[in-house]
Amino acid sequence: MVNIKIDDKDYEVEDGLAIIQACEIAGVEVPRFCYHEKLSIAGNCRMCLVDVEDSRGLSPKPVASCAMQVSEGLKIYTKSERVKNAQEGALEFLLMNHPLDCPICDQGGECDLQDQSMAFGYGSSRFDGDKRAVESKDMGPFIKTEMTRCIHCTRCVRFSSEISGNDEIGSIGRGHDMEITTYLNQAVESELSGNVIDLCPVGALTSKPYAFSARPWELNKTETIDIMDAMGSNIRIDSKGLRVMRVLPRLNEDINEEWITDKTRFFWDGLNNQRIDKPYKRVDGILKPTSWKSALELAKEKISNSKSEKISALSGDLVDIESIYALKKLMKNIGSDNFDCRQDGSRISGPPERWLFNSTFNGIEDSDGCLIIGSDIRKEAPLLNSRLLRKSRDDEYKIGVIGFNNDLTFDFNFLGENPSIVEDILIENNNFCNDLSSMKKPLMILGQGALIGKDAQNFQNICIELAYKFNFINDDWNGFNVLHSAASRAGAMSIGFFPSGKGMITEEIISNYNNNKLDLLYLLGADELNLEKNDDCFVIYQGHHGDVGAQIADLVFPAAAFCEQNGLYMNTEGRVQESIRSTFPLGEAKENWEIIYLLAKEMSIDIGFSNLNELRNQLIEEFPIINPYREFEPLPSPKKDEFNKLNGHQFKRIIDSYWQTNSIARASSNLSKRNNYIKEENNR
Amino acid sequence: MLDSKDRIFDNLYGFEPWNLDNAKLRGDWDNTKDILLKGREKITEEVISSGLRGRGGAGFSTGVKWTFMPKEPTGKTHYLVVNADESEPGTCKDREILRNEPHKLLEGCVIACAAMGAQVCYIYIRGEFINERYILESALKEAYDDGLVGKNACGSGLDIEIFIHHGAGAYICGEETALLESLEGKKGMPRLKPPFPAAAGLYGCPTTVNNVESIAVVPTILRRGSSWFSGIGRENNTGTKIFCISGHVNTPCNIEEEMGIPLKDLIEKHAGGVIGGWDNLLAVIPGGSSVPMIPKEICDEVLMDFDSLQAVKSGLGTAAVIVMDKSTDLIKAISRISYFYKHESCGQCTPCREGTGWLWEMMEKMARGEAKKEDIDTLLSLTKRIEGHTICALGDAAAWPIQGLIRHFRHHIEDRIDQYQKESNQNYG
Repeated sequence: MVNIKIDDKDYEVEDGLAIIQACEIAGVEVPRFCYHEKLSIAGNCRMCLVDVEDSRGLSPKPVASCAMQVSEGLKIYTKSERVKNAQEGALEFLLMNHPLDCPICDQGGECDLQDQSMAFGYGSSRFDGDKRAVESKDMGPFIKTEMTRCIHCTRCVRFSSEISGNDEIGSIGRGHDMEITTYLNQAVESELSGNVIDLCPVGALTSKPYAFSARPWELNKTETIDIMDAMGSNIRIDSKGLRVMRVLPRLNEDINEEWITDKTRFFWDGLNNQRIDKPYKRVDGILKPTSWKSALELAKEKISNSKSEKISALSGDLVDIESIYALKKLMKNIGSDNFDCRQDGSRISGPPERWLFNSTFNGIEDSDGCLIIGSDIRKEAPLLNSRLLRKSRDDEYKIGVIGFNNDLTFDFNFLGENPSIVEDILIENNNFCNDLSSMKKPLMILGQGALIGKDAQNFQNICIELAYKFNFINDDWNGFNVLHSAASRAGAMSIGFFPSGKGMITEEIISNYNNNKLDLLYLLGADELNLEKNDDCFVIYQGHHGDVGAQIADLVFPAAAFCEQNGLYMNTEGRVQESIRSTFPLGEAKENWEIIYLLAKEMSIDIGFSNLNELRNQLIEEFPIINPYREFEPLPSPKKDEFNKLNGHQFKRIIDSYWQTNSIARASSNLSKRNNYIKEENNR
Repeated sequence: MLDSKDRIFDNLYGFEPWNLDNAKLRGDWDNTKDILLKGREKITEEVISSGLRGRGGAGFSTGVKWTFMPKEPTGKTHYLVVNADESEPGTCKDREILRNEPHKLLEGCVIACAAMGAQVCYIYIRGEFINERYILESALKEAYDDGLVGKNACGSGLDIEIFIHHGAGAYICGEETALLESLEGKKGMPRLKPPFPAAAGLYGCPTTVNNVESIAVVPTILRRGSSWFSGIGRENNTGTKIFCISGHVNTPCNIEEEMGIPLKDLIEKHAGGVIGGWDNLLAVIPGGSSVPMIPKEICDEVLMDFDSLQAVKSGLGTAAVIVMDKSTDLIKAISRISYFYKHESCGQCTPCREGTGWLWEMMEKMARGEAKKEDIDTLLSLTKRIEGHTICALGDAAAWPIQGLIRHFRHHIEDRIDQYQKESNQNYG
């Protein structure tokens, strides 16, 4: 800690802080444009200049507070005449070539330049010449550019090289003619590109899908979480009336830091397309609207007429834990154990430490090496990939990959695509063993693609054995991680929504369905199945989008999407967070838990709850791990288990098209435009 | 006036060949081994006590700068980078050294490397200096072939490698940190300081950047002794200096003279006097385009050294004396200089990127007289808002010539405005 003075008041702040950070802690506002906590220091906007005085006296000229560290006894003046002159000067120069088009600029109302001009500016400009005009660039379907507004802070350039890692945005030209552009005017391809919209302090980079649709002060802001992947990024949903207008990230240092993926940022228009807004039943092969009453009656009739062992249920990737729990209770009451949440055929099972991200995301910062097995991490969790990118800047940090040799934006050691390489490493018959044995806190990241198929449990046991052999697991480190890509998977697993002992797993349910051995299949938002319509099995689909599941259904219950109801989700680390309702369910749709409750009521089953609170209390009582208010604690290390030699185990790619991984994303025209844009550009 | 025996650059005008044999006849590479074997401290001490101040413009003590390098090996390579990106308008001293005295520079590089424990030296040559690069490359090859550079340089046991890098002709790459960026293959944009290059320079390793002339005089200083060098010139402004005299003089030239020579003597004795006689003098820019100009009254008395020129609110800079007689349109001349800075601004930081363009536009207006008299104060306040607020000194360099103009020739601008208004009144009135 060091003692400093800011504007003649004493403060004690941590050593090594930049002056601008110290001022922030002290509550003294220093204006800035280029400085951003998560990016490297550029010091080019010259807006954060302050006067400093040390033992040698007052600095000969004002210093950039973002680039200078605090030191013992430093006196900082943020409001002196010289500082005011410098700040007014910087603003006058910035505004000199900045168009005064605030009324038609989407940044209006949340523009750093606007705000700081009001607070620190000069009031009027002395510039009477012609303003510079810069041609706007095509950065793809997400980022709208208006480069005349650019103030050259280079935040987007630094983001592109430091966080998204593919160096797509850069600056060309010099002096007055400097321009921010993409390489050869191509669209940006990063999965994180949308973050430059938030980073841009002016309206040079704005959101293309959101363009001209709302002003920030008209929006209703709901702080909630994201379910496009299993990271549980913290987001803010901005809605206007019944519509979601945009999605922004929220700061959470443990999970997403300040970023979100483009899929999260732009899925929202999918909430308006392809929605199921009333119950449907199949009449003469065609789905026709019906009433809730007759739909529930039909469901009751079909369930009562089916043999309990021929009734199955599958839950999807976007469903909240409460509804899955309610469905499990319903299934138990009916007398069926045939339920599964592992739509993709993954065979994870056992206690949570066997299928969670044990090191936590923050643990990546402590790690000193990484082995990725069967995961295309850039598609499954782009933000995690970005954290690894940051670590990989250290030459000592070695990353090994077994499985998929894709562009991860950083260099890695590709060890091969065969799972048996893990066996080789176990008997130290691999070059990477030298690197591994020198690591003290390595990470192992097992993708879902590595855990599909008959031999998956055995493969996982081998991986755990390997984890104990090299330092992945030791007394004070647990780097054994399983990465999920489905938001509801970890939650559903933790309440046991998979058969243990008796009951059918997904693979068996599907084969029974195809072989006409199933009477009734209940799909709770399950859309990732590749099934043909089978008239011998009555399919009930409960969900919000007319997607794959609804197409084969005989009865469709309209349900709320995740942002239209409150619900709990567990992310891949085991962190439980609540998704908060930001808009209301569409049309006649009801909340997911309520539909199951009504169905139980219709069938005269006492399911034990009549509102969400009761349901949640029961759930937390039975599974304390689901309590969102509990302290987040690391889990014990997974136990070793017997294993055999691998027998034809193969890795499976679980994400083909990053932009179309779930029903909301598939309904989003924003995301499909992006999907097609890249393809078209490649064709060109 | 400097005695010819005290002249360092005997072959400044290229009357003799530059090659190694001839250079040796002039005394270069003479027993360099002994100098190198004196050791780091001795060499640095000698250079400090000679009072040599950096010849690139800022005038910081060269020897003291060397002491900023880490004393013990850090496990990283230590670099000496020689700044031969001479682009300051009016300046052509380094060019002559590269052309005619390349071995003085190379020997200086070897000694300087030894003095700061550097293993590698880069010489960054301005993009436009094509023939100079060929000469330097040939000279370097000669030196390598003769064992003067490379492994066991001059038999001293030190390994010193020298590489020549060709720039692409950007003025800003003469700024030391922009030069390092350019050398690393990036865009030539100055870095934030601190960290200074001596802590983290080229590729993050300890680096010292020196001007060509500063390095090229070092061997002679060590051979003839620091007291000889400090005996020339004035206190704190010692030694000899190459002055580049251009503009309205009868015989423009480069001349090596002692520091602190009166400006009048310099022009009259070496450059054949001002065209039309001393009384025809209007103003002089004494140190390259970046420094404020001084009017004739000051030129009469001023001495050409760092401190004297600073006392009259100008600077020695690169000692490029630009003489302007009474036929000069001063406002237009400064406007052209403003255009140069607008063109060469790297665009990184706000005041310089936006401000230099604005200054140029205002100067153009002033040159036409198409301005208001209040605009002069606006212009002055703009220069104050650029000066000292930028990452590197290019912002200052753009501001100073205009400040100099307004300080000494405000009446010129006002007259121009009056005249323009009078004419337009006649035309339209």
